[in-house]
Amino acid sequence: MPRRSLAFRLQLGFTLLVSAFLVVPVCMSITAGLTANYMQGVKSGLTLRWVQEVWRLYRETIFLSLAIAGSCLAANLILGVPAAYALARRPGRLTRLIEEALVLPVAIPGLATALALILTYGVYRPFRTSWTFILVGHVLFTLPFMVRSVVAVLASIDLRTLEESARSFGASFWQRFAGVVLPNCRGGILAGSLMVITLSIGEFNMTWMLHTPLTRTLPVGLADSYASMRREIGSAYTIVFFCRSVPLLVAMQMLARPRRQAGAHRPVESAP
Amino acid sequence: MKEQDRSYLILFVVPVLVFFTAFFLLPMARLVSIGASGPGGAATYVASLTAPRHLRALGSSLALSVVVTATTLVIAGVAGVFLQRHAFTGRSVLVAMLTFPLAFPGVVVGFMVIMLAGRQGLIGEVWQLATGSKLVFAYSMAGLFTGYLYFSIPRVILTIMAAAEKLDASLEEAARSLGAGPWAVLRDVLIPGLRPALVSAGAICFATSMGAFGTAFTLATEIEVLPMTIYTEFTLRANIAVAAALSIILGVITWAGLAVARTAAGSTVAAAA
Repeated sequence: MPRRSLAFRLQLGFTLLVSAFLVVPVCMSITAGLTANYMQGVKSGLTLRWVQEVWRLYRETIFLSLAIAGSCLAANLILGVPAAYALARRPGRLTRLIEEALVLPVAIPGLATALALILTYGVYRPFRTSWTFILVGHVLFTLPFMVRSVVAVLASIDLRTLEESARSFGASFWQRFAGVVLPNCRGGILAGSLMVITLSIGEFNMTWMLHTPLTRTLPVGLADSYASMRREIGSAYTIVFFCRSVPLLVAMQMLARPRRQAGAHRPVESAP
Repeated sequence: MKEQDRSYLILFVVPVLVFFTAFFLLPMARLVSIGASGPGGAATYVASLTAPRHLRALGSSLALSVVVTATTLVIAGVAGVFLQRHAFTGRSVLVAMLTFPLAFPGVVVGFMVIMLAGRQGLIGEVWQLATGSKLVFAYSMAGLFTGYLYFSIPRVILTIMAAAEKLDASLEEAARSLGAGPWAVLRDVLIPGLRPALVSAGAICFATSMGAFGTAFTLATEIEVLPMTIYTEFTLRANIAVAAALSIILGVITWAGLAVARTAAGSTVAAAA
């Protein structure tokens, strides 16, 4: 069947072109970050000098990003998971309204949310200048992803029957929550957690407005290095960012694969 | 016993509601009221939008987002359906490559555009070899378009692939065996089948493009998009009422885009701006 194989080859070529568009600049920036002199190209030799320079200049941004991502995850687990359970237990108009409202910080540009936070709480200097100010923004932005991930899993299992049988054995509310509900939505919590960390580490639109010179996150540092440092340093810094996000993405894909087969998975959306 | 459960469940939701009210609803209400605190009161909304500079920024944002959405849907539609319908060696590597940029912040996407089309960019170098003249478009509207395509393609491809997986391939076979050509299959089977996914992915793509800030910030183009205007009004001109009014307008546009698409597609849609 020569006709079909031509169509196949054309589509394959097109798809390869698209992936080249996405991957070639990544490879270029990795090379540029390891090259002694970007203007002269790779023949000027490979070096780790620029990566060391990034470590010296921007080390704190990496630590702060990790601290914020960790705290953001903790806040999501404490606030989001119980709320998701409550929302899944009582489907109704009010529940839908709450779910819709929680998505608003994702539907509205981060710039607007950041502006609103600054105009309302900016006068409280100790809060404004601490990293918790950024944390608040990140929690707002990531909560819907955790809540939806857990609600989706809870909706796909027969929660009522499970809980009824546990109750008939005399299990209290807390025993049921810890012994039946949490183990059953482990997958959703894990997927949501990976999403929350990935989004928090990469968030820029909101963070750029919320940060202060002493509370700079990784993407804020990146923007600074692109604007004011030589090309090699910006590239080396980008390598550091790739190293942070690759393991998260791999874990997310591994997690998504078996669940997609079960038909319970919705493609995830994240922030550019 | 059920009644007791109820009070526990309320206890579970209250912390989120308190947090959300304190840090989102109240600040948003404040933003709306500050937007109306300009010299003209509530008319600040109209005035800030009809200022020629802002109107131009809104126009470029809308035009850019619409064109990016349409182009992304075509590119991701072709590649996504192809990847879902064919099994070949290296397919999973290709999928991984296409979804790798999913978690890039806008600033990194801007840097990728500089790598491609900036001074000493790849495209410029190749162009110089071929024609002898320089080509640098990273800092123009074309550069913004390239960057927005870059961050839109991975997320739309994922949605299309998930939808194509649920689409029954035997429908296409049946149409083909009944004598339908490839274009007829595309028009009468594939596109109608993928319609909900196309609508919701398109809405997310549009809303994300409208709200995207990092890419334009890194490229620092002379063409202003609305988020850049809000940023400069707030930080450089200290025009707080105008910045507030414009961000409310921008928020309403992205939210409305998503709401319309959700009613059309019949599923819940969320965008990341």
